[in-house]
This record gives sequence, C-alpha cells and structure tokens, in this order.
Amino acid sequence: MMKDILKILEQNAKATPEEISEMTGHTPEEVRETIAQAERDRAIVKYKTIINWDRAGVGAQEVMALVELRVTPQRDVGFDGVAKRIARFPEVRSLQLMSGDFDLSVLLVGPTMQEVASFVAMKLAALEEVQGTTTHFLLKRFKEDGVILDGEEVAKRLPLTP
Amino acid sequence: MSNKQEAGQQKSYLSQRVRDLAPSGIRKFFDIIYTMDDVVSLGVGEPDFVTPWRIREAAIYSLEKGYTMYTSNFGLLELRQGISRYLNERYDLSYDPANQVIVTVGASQAIDLAMRAILDPGDEVIIPEPTYVSYVPCVSLSGGIPVTVPTHMENSFRVQPADIEARITPRTKAILMGYPNNPTGAVMPRAEMEQIADIARCHDLIVVSDEIYERLVYGVEHICFASLPGMAERTIHVGGFSKSYAMTGWRIGYACSSPEIIEAIMKVHQYTMMCAPTQGQMAAIEALRSGDGPVEEMREEYNRRRHLMVAGLNRLGLSCLEPQGAFYTFPSIKGLDMSSDEFAERLLMEERVALVPGSAFGPSGEGHVRCCYAVSTEEIEEALERMGRFVGNLKGGR
Repeated sequence: MMKDILKILEQNAKATPEEISEMTGHTPEEVRETIAQAERDRAIVKYKTIINWDRAGVGAQEVMALVELRVTPQRDVGFDGVAKRIARFPEVRSLQLMSGDFDLSVLLVGPTMQEVASFVAMKLAALEEVQGTTTHFLLKRFKEDGVILDGEEVAKRLPLTP
Repeated sequence: MSNKQEAGQQKSYLSQRVRDLAPSGIRKFFDIIYTMDDVVSLGVGEPDFVTPWRIREAAIYSLEKGYTMYTSNFGLLELRQGISRYLNERYDLSYDPANQVIVTVGASQAIDLAMRAILDPGDEVIIPEPTYVSYVPCVSLSGGIPVTVPTHMENSFRVQPADIEARITPRTKAILMGYPNNPTGAVMPRAEMEQIADIARCHDLIVVSDEIYERLVYGVEHICFASLPGMAERTIHVGGFSKSYAMTGWRIGYACSSPEIIEAIMKVHQYTMMCAPTQGQMAAIEALRSGDGPVEEMREEYNRRRHLMVAGLNRLGLSCLEPQGAFYTFPSIKGLDMSSDEFAERLLMEERVALVPGSAFGPSGEGHVRCCYAVSTEEIEEALERMGRFVGNLKGGR
C-alpha cells in the first residue's frame, strides 16, 4: 500500500487522499494514515513544485553552479563532518558524496555569478578539509527530476480506434 | 459518362464477400468528432504513452546504419529468437525460432493469416462475443463461417466452455478468442481454459489465441493457452508489441505454432506482405532487450486509472465490473432505456465525450459501452463529470 501511494505522490504531490483512494482501492482513511506515517518517518521529505523559471516571465532568475570539491576525510567521521557543515549553508541546493576524481558534488544557487563565485572562494574553498574546488556554472536546464522542462511528448492518437 | 451508368445499371464492382461485411460501428462517430472541439475521448484502443525512448532510439540508429531492406519472410532471426526466448521464460513454451515463429504486421495480420491458412469454404470458427471487431470479418474474408458465442456480465464476460461445446458441428474447425479481452477486459481463469483445452482436444479443433494484452492483467494470472498441456501443437499463439510496449504504430506482431502451420502462414505472408517493416522489427528487438521495466511501469499506471474509472462509473450508476485485463471497462447502460449506439451518439453531441457503443463488438455487446482508461487521470475525471451530467439529465427525464 505504501509503495502505491508514494508512487502517485511522487508524480503528483497535489493528489488528494480521496483521489489516491480511488486509484488504489484503499479507503481515504487508510491513505491519510499511510501518508501521515510516511511524513513522520521522513519517507516523504517535502512537497515541492518543479518550476521552469524561463517560462515564468518574472525577470532575472537565479544562477546555479555545480562545484566539485576534493576533501580530506577526517578521523572517525570520514566525509560526514565536512558534508554536514556544508549542507547547512542555504546556498547549497544539493550535496552528494561521489566516487571518482573528486569527493563532494555541491549544487549552489545564488542571485548572481559574482555572489556564487564569492561563496565558493570565501566559504567552501576556505574550509580546512577542502583541498581544491572546480566550479561549473549551469547554462541551461533540459530535464529536472525526470521531467523534460520544455514539455513532454504527447501521444498523437486518433480519437477513436477499435 | 460511361455506358453502364447511362444504362442505369446497378452493377457494383465490389465482391459479394466485401459487400456482406458489416460496416464499422465507430465510423460515424469519427465523422462527428472531427467537426467538434474539446472532445474527451474514451474511445481509443491504444496506449497513451509514446514508445519508450530507448526503443525509438534503436530504430533511429538502425536507419542510420542503413537497415532499409526487406527481411526474411519469417522476420529477422534475432527477433524470432528473442520472441522464442521470451515465451520460453514467461510461459515455458518451446518454439523453434527457425520454423515456429513468424513476425507479422501487428497481431491483426497474424489473425488474418491464421484464418487464411486454416480455413476451407464453409469451415466454422467459434468466437466469444462481444468480440474484437476484426475477428468476424477475418473469418468471413477467408471463406469461413463465424459462429459467435455470447458472453454475459453475470459471468464476468468469460466464455462458458459449455456454450462453446453447444455450438460445435462437424464443420467446426477452430476457436478464435482474445483474452485479456477487448472490449470487456475479461480474463479467463485456468480452470475454464483447461475445459476449453479438453473441448479442443476432444473435437480436434485448432485454437487461435490472440494474447496481445497478455502483459496487462491486474492481480490475476494470465493463462497462455498454448502453455496448457498438449495445446502447443493445436494452438496458433498470437502476440505482439503494440499494447505492452506502447508500439501500436510500428505494426509488429507474431504468430507461433507447429512448423506445418507456420509454414502455411508464411506462404500466405510471403505472397501478400513479404515481411513486416524492418524498422519496426529492429525496434521490437530492442523492446525485448529492454526488459520488463517500462512494461511494468505502464501497467501500474493503467491499474491506478482502472480503479479511478471503475469507481467513477459505478458512482454514476453505470454498473461496471472490475475488469481484470487490457485497458477497457464495459459498463452497463441497461437502466437508461436506450441503445448503446444512441447513448454514445447523444453523449458525444451533448457532452462531447466519445466512447464506443457495445453493439460495435457484436449483438451481445448491446446494453454496454466501452470506455478506455488508457487516458490521463485528468481526462478520466473530466469525462466522468460530463457523463455524470448526461446521465443525471437522462434520469431527470429531460
């Protein structure tokens, strides 16, 4: 039951317990309780909206940068200590530990390129554990969270077929 | 003006056989829809997903590599091997890709070829009804005589083995059935399929089993008829990629049977079609390689919509079974005192919702309409709201 409900919410956070109930065959009360439990367990972390700011027509958008960090792990806590510290900055949109040539991948958001660059220099590169950074500014977003931003394809069907 | 017209003769150049075919039950709705905007259509018979990109990309690549020629009449060997492997893994069937599998232009062509390969004039073919629209014409066009067996809502639209047996005559050659069923969504349980297998054995009949919707069942097991004991040699198993992989426009289906029957089917196919389209075959190879992931994702989505549609129709008082397969519901409109054709036409004119009248699938479909739930949840909700208004007005005696 949990999986059915979460799959629906993952696609449509606005689906109501009544709608989910009809789609799954569980009662609205069961659905409500399952969602509440998932929220308590933080299986559901947050409800958010994917916005294509290019289409929103509300002026200048924010600047995003992907920053690769090479980090010296610390005794006992490995990468977790520095990762938790970096994660607290509100400028950090997402943060992952990676395999390969670098360690932490940080997605930064800021109002201007200067402010993002300055954040990298003053806050990230300045951390004692950080050995080096490589900053890539994001030029265009094509797909986010599994959704193609410029519109998904629609099947062009005949209105009636046997 | 030709001499004949001048003479006022009524002669038609059309064959009697074609003139005798019943006209399509959906043609006139088509003509109406094209004059309208804002129609919500539950009248479709195909997935609303676009073919998964991985499959399309493989077909594009095949074009770039120059795969633009005919294939073997049987179809690409790699595809036949893939189909054979798939049926082995899924249903424990053992078809030799060399001579027991043929790739066809959709499952529809496989049914046509099967009928042409097995029927002599006057041979009878038993067909459960409501039936997919092409079964009866395919039999007639091959010179056979379709013998329909009505199925009923009380039996969940499953064909009753005794009803089949009651229609067997010395001329009966085959049983042609499609489960999961279009239009009813019925799925046949194992016990009843085994009884049909006994009947086929006892009366020495061929069974043509159209299993195009095999992957779309909900909470029940699909019984592959050829996998029943002793049935592989007397079954023409028909399958395809259209519904499972959202590949209707690619036109790739297949038939599997004994070497003798497949050889006969191939003989007709080679003279009438040569081969199925090469790009479609390349795409189908990739579809089989890509595994169950996309199929299962689409099935889960249909399942959610199925619940939504069934609950909504029953709430409107259009009593509706929970269909166990395909992507159709077949609600009853018997309380409304009008034919399914009138219901469909008035619903389209008054509320701009398109669906297919049950009578399009044979006389025993009367009293029902087919609503497809391979449409978005928003469209289902909109259609239900409009239908609610329509039914409310009818009951209010407008």
